[in-house]
Amino acid sequence: MGVGGGGGGGGGGEAGEGEVAVRKRWRVKVRLSTAAVVVWVLASAALWAGLHWRFRRAALHKAEEGLVCMCEERARMLQDQFAVSVNHVHALAILVATFHYDKLPPALDQDTFAAYAARTSFERPLLSGVAYAQRVVHADRESFERQQGWIIKTMKHEPSSVQDEYAPVIYSQETISYIEGLDVMSGEEDRENILRARATGKAVLTSPFRLMSNHLGVVLTFPVYLVDLPEDAKVEDRVSATAGYLGGAFDVESLVENLLRQLAGNQELVVNVYDVTNHSNPLVMYGSEIPLATPSPSHTCMLDFGDPFRKHHMICRYRNKPHVPWSAITTPSGVFVICMLVGYIVYAAWSRYDNVKEDCRKMEELKKRAEAADIAKSQFLATVSHEIRTPMNGVLGMLDMLLDTELKSTQRDYAQTAQVCGKALISLINEVLDRAKIEAGKLDLESVPFDLRSILDDVISLFSSKSREKGIELAVYVSEKVPEILLGDPGRFRQIITNLVGNSIKFTERGHIFVQVHLADHSNLATEAKTEPVANGMNGHKDEASAISTSVTQNTLSGFEAADSRNNWENFNLLLSYETNEMPYGSCSDKVTLVVSVEDTGIGIPLHAQGRVFTPFMQADSSTSRNYGGTGIGLSISKCLVEIMGGQINFVSRPLVGSTFTFTAVLRRCDKNAISDNKPVLLHPLPSSFKGLSAVLVDKRPVRATVTKYHLQRLGIASEVVSTTELVLSVLSGSNGSSLTSMGNKQPGMLLIESDSWGSQMDVSIHARLQEMKQNGRTHLLPKVFLLSAAESDKVKTIHLVDSVITKPLKASALAACLFQALGITQPSNENRNDSGSLHGRDGSGSLHGLLLGKNILVVDDNKVNLRVAAGTLKKYGAKVECVESGKHALSLLQVPYKFDLCLMDIQMPEMDGFEATRQIRAMEGKANEQADNGDDSGSESPAKTAKWHLPILAMTADVIQATHEECTKCGMDGYVSKPFEEKQLFQAVQKFLGPSMSS
Amino acid sequence: MEYSNLRRQTIFMKKNLFDQGFLDEQFNQLEELQDESSPNFVEEVVDLFFKDSSRLLTNIEQAIDKYPQDFYRLDSLVHQFKGSGSSIGALRVKNECSVFKAHCNDRSLEGCRRSFQKIKREHATLKQKLESYFQLLRQVGPREHAVSSRK
Repeated sequence: MGVGGGGGGGGGGEAGEGEVAVRKRWRVKVRLSTAAVVVWVLASAALWAGLHWRFRRAALHKAEEGLVCMCEERARMLQDQFAVSVNHVHALAILVATFHYDKLPPALDQDTFAAYAARTSFERPLLSGVAYAQRVVHADRESFERQQGWIIKTMKHEPSSVQDEYAPVIYSQETISYIEGLDVMSGEEDRENILRARATGKAVLTSPFRLMSNHLGVVLTFPVYLVDLPEDAKVEDRVSATAGYLGGAFDVESLVENLLRQLAGNQELVVNVYDVTNHSNPLVMYGSEIPLATPSPSHTCMLDFGDPFRKHHMICRYRNKPHVPWSAITTPSGVFVICMLVGYIVYAAWSRYDNVKEDCRKMEELKKRAEAADIAKSQFLATVSHEIRTPMNGVLGMLDMLLDTELKSTQRDYAQTAQVCGKALISLINEVLDRAKIEAGKLDLESVPFDLRSILDDVISLFSSKSREKGIELAVYVSEKVPEILLGDPGRFRQIITNLVGNSIKFTERGHIFVQVHLADHSNLATEAKTEPVANGMNGHKDEASAISTSVTQNTLSGFEAADSRNNWENFNLLLSYETNEMPYGSCSDKVTLVVSVEDTGIGIPLHAQGRVFTPFMQADSSTSRNYGGTGIGLSISKCLVEIMGGQINFVSRPLVGSTFTFTAVLRRCDKNAISDNKPVLLHPLPSSFKGLSAVLVDKRPVRATVTKYHLQRLGIASEVVSTTELVLSVLSGSNGSSLTSMGNKQPGMLLIESDSWGSQMDVSIHARLQEMKQNGRTHLLPKVFLLSAAESDKVKTIHLVDSVITKPLKASALAACLFQALGITQPSNENRNDSGSLHGRDGSGSLHGLLLGKNILVVDDNKVNLRVAAGTLKKYGAKVECVESGKHALSLLQVPYKFDLCLMDIQMPEMDGFEATRQIRAMEGKANEQADNGDDSGSESPAKTAKWHLPILAMTADVIQATHEECTKCGMDGYVSKPFEEKQLFQAVQKFLGPSMSS
Repeated sequence: MEYSNLRRQTIFMKKNLFDQGFLDEQFNQLEELQDESSPNFVEEVVDLFFKDSSRLLTNIEQAIDKYPQDFYRLDSLVHQFKGSGSSIGALRVKNECSVFKAHCNDRSLEGCRRSFQKIKREHATLKQKLESYFQLLRQVGPREHAVSSRK
């Protein structure tokens, strides 16, 4: 319909269109819809009219049918009654003929006739009276007058003048006795009637006229013949045989009146009866002459009163104009209303559709805007992070320089921590930027060897100040089955853990945060044993496995309950026991699947928010970011990263109890020996001075004790755990030596006591006992006493009673520093230097030294100064350097088999530049390899062969731009180094070629 | 006392050289390379530089006179000069070389000449300063080595 068509026009909103176009379209739409509404209303009105007309016509038709029916009925009845009356008059005529003429003397007289007529008048209700007039010719007039005793008078009661013949009434009914003796032929109508009647031999009627009763009526005349005439008798015969005439006046008016009164519906109808013998001038026989004002339907019925000469008809019409039936108005009105409703519904639907489409278009626009904003956001991030990176580099540089100065070991540790944190910050910034990459699927993971434990230490130190501030235990435990060196992306790994720990620390106010790493196999085994779905854990509600626990609180790291109840001590112990059993876990496969869990006792994640934890920028609720800060991007990045690493991340969280995030990551095993001397970049070797020492640890919490033990173990210190200080004393005094199975008879040099095991009276007693023991000579060396404390405040309280306080969170390097100080062991100087000495720190020179040591390097440069400097630098890293000043000279030296491991070549040289020289070298190599292939059977070991004669050639160039780089590779060079050398860049460039696999 | 005075003087002088922009980090790295096996490494390299550069400067001068329109030749000569300059960390010389090369790119002989004069001037200043620096260093001499080896 029209409305729908109007709606179809407004489709397909292109968001790019201008506001003007939109407004224009809107106006067109409004116009269309208005037109549609008008058309629809008009159509509905037309329908209404049409229906109304139809109903009206139907009603009218029905009324007409009723009219016809009633009219016919009336006409027929009238005709019938008339016919009955006429028959009776006929019978009277026959009576007169029989008794007046056939009998001689006539058996009839006036009295008899009058009596008979009166007595049979019920048969002729329509006739006011009947009379018989005898035909009297003029010749007989006198005899007739004499015989009757009166003279013939005219209708005007005057003596009749001389006529050819007369028809004086001789017998009459009493009702009309006044016409006795009158010559009916003197009346115009009567005369005509008489003439016609005797000519036809039938009843004839006059035209209507006023009767003496002042009613309209007609006179019926029958001829009376002297003889019976045949039907086809001639007119002359009939005239001559005529004896007289019987007549009667029909009172049509009362006749019809009576008749109508008998019939139903009388009131509605107006009936007129006309004599239409003369068509042009119908004469009214009944009914009012005045036509009704409004032309109303009428019906005309022909009436046959038996006189063929006269024609009559009856016209019926309704008295009132037939009223229009209610249904003719109500039904179309109903239909109209329905149409309006339908129209409205369609209109509403259309406008709704239109609105929805408009909204859709708007949303599309908003979406585009949002996307643009997203791009702007990314650009903003890039800019800001760049701006942050610049000053941060300054900070890091300064820290670097600070580390080069003479520092106390604590100061050094602080400065290093600051540096590590700064680096972590920079890497975090980079990582946030990487999110775009992750989403685009463009992130590639590095695969370099790294030490997982030191990475975890870094993470711990990143958060140590925060955890100390809040008084939270922050601890890390790495299963000893996890290989020391793993191949993977340390940055990403660290990012994930940093993020999870950062989150935990943000939402934890008391209790602990515990990071642990296990191998997936063990973890699975442990959980399968417990028939629980996932496992990673360590806290406990009960403690039946460990006899040393005296705690009544939850047996977790800090004593607070953790969300993942699988992480109980029982489970953890099980895990540990699996690990200590020799499992054939690794040797067969190259892949190592780690399960890392980060457990906290924080506020937990509300149940309703748990579903969207990994959605970017979604925090538990909006108040979270108000109270705790943060962007909410971290977990989503972590999830992406974990998935890229081939793992999964999930969590268990109970509100107000805590959360435990667990993820798996697939890393590759790395042979430590293969990389130890080449790539110590990411390894922070721990001092080995403590190897062989032993310690006693006092801790009532087995989980925490395990963590401490783990750290001591990394330093090579064997430790034994006891739960109370009393036990320590007995251990030390040797009275309970059985518990010290692992240490045998060796006297522990260290006594580490957890601060919460340190009772106020206990400390004094320990001190006293130790002194006493020394004096007794039972122990020749007094063990150093350390307090493990999470808060700085403990330091003050106990400083005079213990040798040193180790501040938590524990990490191996800090522990080592503290032990050095307290035990008075001097750090081996070379180790110290390697660790933090030279200008470029740990990640520069040491590694280059490892790479270049003993390598033969050919340096080609026409510039003597450059040559000298390059040679000097390389020599410093232990390389054997040969210098030549031209490409030609270099070629002469470079003949297969090479003695050089690497060639550094200047590009711009007179005679033969670096590119050309390289090209020639490669050509020569190609020839040599071909020969080798031909000599040998080429095929299976051809890659090894080709690799054999490929001297790594690096360009030395001052302008490190892409074009030069491309040209380098084009002519067969393997890379470039900047000139003058930058150690880091040099290392990166050289690493590829002088790595462990290359150097035989 | 005298020793520490001298030492302070050297350090001050070096700091001045750095502050005035004659030298850059590369010079430090050169000193870094100096150890027992090559005790006079820096001086050796610097001598080499000045010998080489004198030759180069003569070459450049001749080239400017003989082939004033051969900017390519000029450019490559200056490039060499710049290369050796940056090897010892002669920052100002290096920068001036860059200016020269820019003039070469613009094919502006006049600019080149001006730049060349400046290069010569910088070169001479540097030479003089470094010579006095090494003079001083030689006086500090052996003990400096001891310090650096301990460092």
